[in-house]
Amino acid sequence: MQLKPGSRWRSAVCTAEVVVVRPPKVEVALECGGHPMAAAGADKPEGLTIQPGFSSGVSMGKRYFDEETGIEVLAAKAGQGAVSVNGRLLTLREAKALPASD
Amino acid sequence: MHTWLLLEMGADAFPDRIAVASPDGGVSLGELAARARGAAAWLAQQDGDKLVFLGLNGPALPAAFFAAGLAGKAFAPLNYRLPNDDLNKLLARTAPSIAVVDDDMLGRLEAAPGVTLAPRSLFEAKCLDPKLRAAELADVQPDIAVILFTSGTTGEPKAAVLRHSNLTSYVISTVEFMGADEDEAILVAMPPYHVAGLAAVLSSIYGGRRIAYLPNFTPQDWVSLAAAERVTNAMVVPTMLGRILDELEKRGERLPFLRHLAYGGGRMPQPLIERALADLEHVDFANAYGLTETSSTIAVLGPEDHRAAVASGDPNIRRRLGSVGRPLPTLELEIRGPEGEVLPPGAQGEIYVRGDQVAGEYMHRRVIRDDGWFPTNDSGWLDEEGYLFLEGRLDDIIVRGGENISPGEIEDVLRSHPNVSDAAVFGLPDEEWGERVAAVIVPGEGCPSAEELSAWVKERLRSTKTPETWDFREALPYNDTGKLLRRILKAELHQTSSKTRSR
Repeated sequence: MQLKPGSRWRSAVCTAEVVVVRPPKVEVALECGGHPMAAAGADKPEGLTIQPGFSSGVSMGKRYFDEETGIEVLAAKAGQGAVSVNGRLLTLREAKALPASD
Repeated sequence: MHTWLLLEMGADAFPDRIAVASPDGGVSLGELAARARGAAAWLAQQDGDKLVFLGLNGPALPAAFFAAGLAGKAFAPLNYRLPNDDLNKLLARTAPSIAVVDDDMLGRLEAAPGVTLAPRSLFEAKCLDPKLRAAELADVQPDIAVILFTSGTTGEPKAAVLRHSNLTSYVISTVEFMGADEDEAILVAMPPYHVAGLAAVLSSIYGGRRIAYLPNFTPQDWVSLAAAERVTNAMVVPTMLGRILDELEKRGERLPFLRHLAYGGGRMPQPLIERALADLEHVDFANAYGLTETSSTIAVLGPEDHRAAVASGDPNIRRRLGSVGRPLPTLELEIRGPEGEVLPPGAQGEIYVRGDQVAGEYMHRRVIRDDGWFPTNDSGWLDEEGYLFLEGRLDDIIVRGGENISPGEIEDVLRSHPNVSDAAVFGLPDEEWGERVAAVIVPGEGCPSAEELSAWVKERLRSTKTPETWDFREALPYNDTGKLLRRILKAELHQTSSKTRSR
């Protein structure tokens, strides 16, 4: 899976779409709802359902990251599946509360 | 990541939210996205890899900015306040390009090879053209988002390059997606060719904050627009703030809707910010420091910092009112000496930054180091708690007999004299010392003598920092974003200074 910065991926099991903000340091499989995500333009496999344990969802505009591999994604569309790499759930990155400066 | 995504997400989730205020009810996020699509379909048919924007700010600005990215062209706003000669020179540097120009500015331009001119009225019609809005757009993955000519306070304007990845990383790491309350509105008086004007587009659209544009700043119009649009957020340069406070005083008003006021783009005189804090007690103030080359803000002095500094009896905390706060947590900042060594707190040197938002690159020239560090050419120091104090451009630092002297500090002392309304300090060549300190004074009521001012500075700083050359004028040269143009004074005084040396 070529997870280039800026590349867009969509869930095979829900409406979620994510954009890669920071690529992983090693090659990983990016998943949503427990299944590999598909490139934005490509066909996605049918008939899959969200795997147990991968149903906490993604929220639009939130960032999710993995400490170990450094990957960070931004949710461009919300969905019910949770995002993971190699079966490991990504963590929500809280926005840094900054005073409005522009 | 692409800047277009910042608008697309908002338009998907909140299509009816107002993005840009206008007298006819405003432009919604959905409508702005549709306009940008229409404009992009038109731009895709035009030659050139850049979209030049020469005109006042307004609803067409965000449409053009997003459309440029969508069509795979770099957005290159130009400074319409430049004299015609300089403006035409910059325009020629953008070739090959398509230039959208305010209709009443077209007459100022000469034909340049590789540059196609289009009046703004035509561009606005393209934004609304139903056929263009429905057209299929090719999928492009452009790299360069913005080409911005620096203000050139120290020489020829440089064409800074900002990539889509620099801008989007700045926005998504500092702004909560649709985090603004529905009633929030930001008054933007910064022109399109200032990095803060572009950052305001992206931050406001992604944050869901309505933009109210003021095309030409006057304190009267600023205060009126703030009231009419119930403005909650605004950004000003120091010279604007003083005039706004005067206008409020005259009207007996206090901007009841305003919650956040950010300032930056020049040195804020301490008496002025103290007055602002007292006059507008209900407002949160933020001092933002940033450069074109760093996609805007890299350090912020926040509202709590302001209040703590004003309330403190500890001079080390109180002086933070004159700092630009602490670096953003998303980037690294160091002070380095002439040999590149990292300096400890308290020591003055060149400010270096590293982070995703740092572009540090000009057309045909990369300034950023291979390890990602960017030398800002700004001089400053950090206190023990990591607050950053600016001492001006490195080029402005006066080196007198081996001692580094910052003009800003001396200017502050001079401005605090009751009979001085403004002051500029800079170095002039000197046979004995290498450089000597020169001051140009704009007198207030009653004209102080050079002797009186020398004593004033010597008492507060020290004799090596006391200007040796004095000149008195009615006004100082500033560029339109409030930056003092010391190089102009320097050149003028260099001619005549031998005659006016006073000590």
